[in-house]
Amino acid sequence: MDSASLIAAVSVLSAGLTIAIGSIGPALGEGRAVAQALAAIAQQPDESGLITRTLFVGLAMIESTAIYCFVVTMILIFANPFWDHAVAAAGG
Amino acid sequence: MVTISPDQVVLWSLGQFHLNATLAFTWLVMALLGAGSWLVTRRLSDGPEISTWQNLLEVLVGGMRDQIRAVSHQDPGPYLPFVGTLFLFIATSNLLAVVPGYLAPTGSLSTTTALAACVFVAVPVFAIAGSGLRAYLRRYVQPTPLMLPFNLIGDLSRTLALAVRLYGNIMSGTVIAGILLSLTPFFFPVVMQALGLLTGMIQAYIFAVLAMVYIASASAVTETPPSEEPAETPANSRNQEED
Repeated sequence: MDSASLIAAVSVLSAGLTIAIGSIGPALGEGRAVAQALAAIAQQPDESGLITRTLFVGLAMIESTAIYCFVVTMILIFANPFWDHAVAAAGG
Repeated sequence: MVTISPDQVVLWSLGQFHLNATLAFTWLVMALLGAGSWLVTRRLSDGPEISTWQNLLEVLVGGMRDQIRAVSHQDPGPYLPFVGTLFLFIATSNLLAVVPGYLAPTGSLSTTTALAACVFVAVPVFAIAGSGLRAYLRRYVQPTPLMLPFNLIGDLSRTLALAVRLYGNIMSGTVIAGILLSLTPFFFPVVMQALGLLTGMIQAYIFAVLAMVYIASASAVTETPPSEEPAETPANSRNQEED
């Protein structure tokens, strides 16, 4: 197997693994956060504005770990520097 | 080929100068906001009869003031120009994504890095203007001097997180819409576009709130007497390291 196809195979595989594993943690965390926020709103409906705002900010922070994984995945698939290097080396 | 940044889309080039989509649409959003607010504020009335657009601006500015006051527990006056501008710019550039041919400048890492760098600079500026250089620097050695490197890393990593979060959210909307467009052409891309609008608004809100939280946490230390500071700071530093 030459280096270009090796890089392609490893990139695709690790891109899938990155987004798959990287979304497990944020999914669990967001589920917990939303469940807790709903319970809190059920207990204190008057505070729902504050709870919702805090929930959104917290969800965005939790979600950003998944977003980092997504960015890495996109870089691996669409803007892979190693792949570009291999293609340039093969072409030039 | 899916482009993951509007930087790569060159609209017009002269010699070695390339006008990419990020630059063009950033200026478009700026012109829209500037011209819009100039037109509306040209004829302001303080009577009972106000124009529709003045009503819109009053709702926007009043809402932002309330949110800033709720987040920072301080007078929103000095923070409103900076945080409000961040919110309006990001929200407008995300909402205009419904216009065909428009590429949101916030979907480019250059734009979001610039915005995050503004926040990175604004935090010490507001803190020093509010409480002085000495109080601001003391914040870095606040629980113990051992925390100094972690506070520094926290400052840098939260700036990085701010940039990548906004970029990743907007870019993912564009990429997913592009991929779905080639798989299931008609219905699902529209649904994802609508979801992208919601995400864009929430991200604009979150960017502004986080900027406000960072500024408030840097300048709030001096508002409380020194004996209460240790109770305040661990919560803040933990909050910063989590994101």
